Amino acid sequence: MKMDIAQRCYLLLENLSVARGERVVFGGVSLRLGSGEIAEVTGPNGVGKSTLLRAIAGFLPLGSGRISWVESEATDSALLAERIHYVGHLDGLKSALTARENLDIGRGLLGRGRLTPLEALDRMELAHVLDLPVGYLSAGQRRRVALARLLTTDRPLWLLDEPLTALDRHARALLKAVVADHIGSGGLMLAATHEQLGLPGTIQVRLEAR
Amino acid sequence: MTRILLLVFLRDLMLARRIGGGGVLGLVFFLSLVTVVPFAIGPDLRLLSRIGPAILWIAALLATLLGLDRLFQADHEDGSLDQMLLSPAPLELIVLLKCVAHWSVTGLPLALLSPLFGLMLDLDGPALWAVPATLLVGTPTFTFLGAIGAALTVTLRRGGLLLSILVVPLAVPVLIFGVSAAQSGTVPFLTPFLILCALGLASVALAPIAAAAALRGAGE
Repeated sequence: MKMDIAQRCYLLLENLSVARGERVVFGGVSLRLGSGEIAEVTGPNGVGKSTLLRAIAGFLPLGSGRISWVESEATDSALLAERIHYVGHLDGLKSALTARENLDIGRGLLGRGRLTPLEALDRMELAHVLDLPVGYLSAGQRRRVALARLLTTDRPLWLLDEPLTALDRHARALLKAVVADHIGSGGLMLAATHEQLGLPGTIQVRLEAR
Repeated sequence: MTRILLLVFLRDLMLARRIGGGGVLGLVFFLSLVTVVPFAIGPDLRLLSRIGPAILWIAALLATLLGLDRLFQADHEDGSLDQMLLSPAPLELIVLLKCVAHWSVTGLPLALLSPLFGLMLDLDGPALWAVPATLLVGTPTFTFLGAIGAALTVTLRRGGLLLSILVVPLAVPVLIFGVSAAQSGTVPFLTPFLILCALGLASVALAPIAAAAALRGAGE
């Protein structure tokens, strides 16, 4: 299961389009994202930023186009689902369980990463909530626990849907540092956002209203 | 992969214990149904003991269906389902384990305590062991059949009623063979019981596939 994150991998989107019912949400999206690169999907509300991320994660069927994953010189798109860590609008945390239990479940499901739950929460400056039920936390703190889950698992491709929502300025800086580390160690990140993270070398993917 | 499945199982048990409700409430609901029937039927003990197994079975079906609407919905609403979809374990097996976890906190205690409730319906010797034996096979069957309904209604806010309407027709064969095995006075026990087991095994094998397909489609 463990993979060497330092090796080159690519996410290739070719002329992607997604339709929901009769309505085409977006069309003609192409992107080549390699190890150590960041892309930000921008565009007005309702243009399909979240839909694009969910389609890449495999939660939605594609209308047309192709998504492929290249790793150790070979295209192996079947592996894609096991390389993705998705953090969406819903944080995937159970209110009744503590932050530690939630993070343990996350790394159990998605594969163990380098950091333990305590270390990851410490990185998000939230170590003091380790044994508190997540239901007691504020929206911003929940968000930070969900982002700490990124660090406890070992997945190269991060798909983040509006990662800055509910975060204060300090927490945004923390997230930025975490993302920079991930990219620095050869990871990939694709974020849907209307407030840019502002890291150097970011590829912009602009979706236009149809 | 075994570790992931064990984790899903333990997680659901932990959530059931932490949130409460589910299991114990199902039992109380079962008890209240069984208590109400003698009042409705009147003081005819012979009639009561004749229809007793049927009452216990219907009560078990309703108690199982009642708690099932949250089986996947809770995970859908907070995004946990997305995390499960990205795990390397197949969704079908995750569904299977979630059903087993759900059954072990709802159906299992219900089946084990059914002889106690049977006493309230004046069940006699053979029926007193036949009812728990058949319920032990029947309740997981209901849970698995119900999982299909739970997966289909996962995006609906108030899917509980629709779930019951979808699942009750599927449960009819189970009910027929379950009750006829439980009323062991009239027909031999083993024949309907074996058919009941077959229905149970078929539901374990097929329902997770159907439910997983419904859950995958729920994203659209």
